[in-house]
Amino acid sequence: MRDTNVALARIIDQVNAAHSSGRPLEIRGDGSKHFYGEPALGEILEISPFTGITSYEPTELVVTARAGTTLTELEATLQQCGQSLPFEPPRFAGRGTVGGMVAAGLAGPARARVGSVRDHVLGMTVLNAGGDLLTFGGQVAKNVAGYDVSRLMVGALGILGVICDVSLKVLPTPVATATCAYDCSETEALRRLNAWRSNPLPIDAISWHDDVLCVRFAGAKAAVIEARRNLGGREIAAQSAQSWWTALRDHRHEYFNLSQEELQRGECLWRLSVRASAASLSMPGRQLIEWQGAQRWCRTQAPAHEVRAAATLAGGHATLMRAASKSAGVFTPLSEALMRVHRRLKQAFDPNRIFNRGRMYAEL
Amino acid sequence: MVMHNADKKEPRYDADTSRSRRQAALVGALGRILPPECVLYRHEDTVPYECDALTAYRCPPLAVALPETAEQVAAILRSCHEMQVPVIARGGGTGLSGGALPHRFGLTLSLAKFNRILNIDATGCTARVQCGVRNLAISDAATPYGLYYAPDPSSQIACTIGGNVAENSGGVHCLKYGLTLHNVLKVRGFLADGTPVEFGSEALDSAGLDLLALVVGSEGMLAVITEVTVKLIPKPLFASCIMASFDTVEAAGAAVASVIASGIIPAGLEMMDKAMTAAVEAFVHADYNLDAAAILLCESDGTPSEVEEEIARMEAVLREAGASRLDVSRDEAQRLRFWSGRKNAFPASGAISPDYMCMDSTIPRKRLAEMLKSIQEMETKYQLRCVNVFHAGDGNLHPLILYDADNPDEMRRCELFGADILETSVRLGGTVTGEHGVGVEKLNSMCVQFSVAERAHFLSVKHAFDPHELLNPGKVIPTLVRCAEYGKMHVHRGMTPFPALPSF
Repeated sequence: MRDTNVALARIIDQVNAAHSSGRPLEIRGDGSKHFYGEPALGEILEISPFTGITSYEPTELVVTARAGTTLTELEATLQQCGQSLPFEPPRFAGRGTVGGMVAAGLAGPARARVGSVRDHVLGMTVLNAGGDLLTFGGQVAKNVAGYDVSRLMVGALGILGVICDVSLKVLPTPVATATCAYDCSETEALRRLNAWRSNPLPIDAISWHDDVLCVRFAGAKAAVIEARRNLGGREIAAQSAQSWWTALRDHRHEYFNLSQEELQRGECLWRLSVRASAASLSMPGRQLIEWQGAQRWCRTQAPAHEVRAAATLAGGHATLMRAASKSAGVFTPLSEALMRVHRRLKQAFDPNRIFNRGRMYAEL
Repeated sequence: MVMHNADKKEPRYDADTSRSRRQAALVGALGRILPPECVLYRHEDTVPYECDALTAYRCPPLAVALPETAEQVAAILRSCHEMQVPVIARGGGTGLSGGALPHRFGLTLSLAKFNRILNIDATGCTARVQCGVRNLAISDAATPYGLYYAPDPSSQIACTIGGNVAENSGGVHCLKYGLTLHNVLKVRGFLADGTPVEFGSEALDSAGLDLLALVVGSEGMLAVITEVTVKLIPKPLFASCIMASFDTVEAAGAAVASVIASGIIPAGLEMMDKAMTAAVEAFVHADYNLDAAAILLCESDGTPSEVEEEIARMEAVLREAGASRLDVSRDEAQRLRFWSGRKNAFPASGAISPDYMCMDSTIPRKRLAEMLKSIQEMETKYQLRCVNVFHAGDGNLHPLILYDADNPDEMRRCELFGADILETSVRLGGTVTGEHGVGVEKLNSMCVQFSVAERAHFLSVKHAFDPHELLNPGKVIPTLVRCAEYGKMHVHRGMTPFPALPSF
């Protein structure tokens, strides 16, 4: 308790100093998502000493943890009670903290079925640039008192404030799971996904890559058995299935790891978030599809404007995940009306732009 | 950060400009945008708009506009922005917290004519609809495709999707299927100055800050929404419901926790206390157990075999938790009969009392029994009866305080009773509103739940979207003066996550 108080006091001191001097801070947990977003700049604000699960009530389906708590610790604690973070946040290089998970807002294979990080955030305490600790939301699932500022912080890349602690809705781990594989082209995979989407099937995650569609079923035993019987396919042994989904979730699969040569050749890894039923993007390079069709990874040398145009046409946006140069911009530019709102929100929470300056967009 | 909202309200409506002159100017401006039948301003025409479903609060609007196109909405907003006239968007008028209460110097913008379903995408499982489409109409339109829109507030026959977005409405099934926020992909509309905006996208996320999450539940204070894209989900093939009776409320509360702890997320998990059960039984004759101290309704949905498996597990847990009687619905007719009482809780209360006030706080599930005991003590303290229905699965309470509005003293005691329930909820780790919104009704309670700095940030969020405070002003965020008068602004300091911290 004492150590964490000291840790928080240090964080507040550093924020106060930065606020007065106007010098930027890079908020940092494990640093496992350092690569994500526009380049970080400024003095490092270490969050990792501020750790600990402050409350966990399995019957409330709620856990509250300080931002520096590692995902490893949090997930191990939940697992002991048969619960988990249903949105499967990535653990790049096996690491990650609660604060980083929320600030990045990235989710894994089950996202399309269970919802996003934001959907599971119930409340949080945030430190603003003025050194005020602000609590928004709470520890209950239904709460409409005031604006939902805690969910605004999810995926905000720390530009509005320092996430100090977070209350998350957790869920029981599904009783039964099974993974089946189908050999098929991209077109055939998309056709099947479109046909399945409107049926009450317990499809929990999918992946399509190298002409193989993998489907993970999860839910009540009877539902999983029934779905397997109805959809056929070849069943993947539990062990291999587990390592496949984990490799996707944590980007350990070779697909996500671009070598130095590949990067130098101009190859980039893009995340395209699109309408689930969108047709094939016909992008040069290699693709990997997740989220029942709504997330399409592209490894391509195509210029940024072509990638963004394809994403826009498919109802979504594109994010540059890995590249030798990020000069084309990481995130899809916003309309002037939305950027104006962004600027004013930044101004309200962090007028001197000390927090993760430029990490999302250059002017924020 | 601006913290002086308390003192700047009135000067904008200074006395030298009479209300009728303002009205004439507004009606004149509207006349250049809308046909005459779409502008109401005579007292007899605007009376139906003086309140929403929180009828205790009334105010005549300066005028009511009924636009039919998005272009008209934009033009109205530009005009009002120029004239600095407040705009109060209104959907079905079913809100329970006065969120659509008119402003004396403002325009009520009725979006009732935006009632078209623009597209049902059966492959993508989405529906694009205008904001005035009724909640239930979306599910009706999706039914031929085997799909439906999951959030089902009890007013779903009459409430509109635009209102649901404004309030982040829940419903009986949100424990398993989520709130409005979890089921909306994208909204389109306008900022206060008429600038067109879109929040969210057809994909599962968007670039930049998650403004959609902020706009959903913002009670019409950040933008005027005219079009909504929602997720549709496959209709479960089958549903079954268990009605469980308990001899004590403690046992029923513990049973709720046991169900969740066993790894089951029921499609619905509702509780009624003895007084409520008696009231609804007299109203619907559903054969409820009148001897039970509390009744739980616990529902499973999915494929028939899935439901069978889950119902068996639920039964075992409820029996273990000490249920004195368990009835499992034999067929759809019986399942609907089990629900008929719960769904008629409000009208049934209306039948046993001249008036009732519906509360809406949320508390951690484990505090349910404790909360019920407190409410029983309050019944004695305030000399009023209170009947209780809970969305027990997510700890959302709807105590209905019975009173007679014609009796000023009862009215006063009722308000004190309600405030006491809300404050107790905050003390137990909960919140003052689970799904009905703050509106005007819970402005005082916001002083209890949030600190000065937190409320100041709410106001700065408002200003980021609407710098002149033209959209639904005076709702949700209490002024400093108001909180000072209410006198409880620092109570919530005791529940910060860092109670042991020295003050920096």
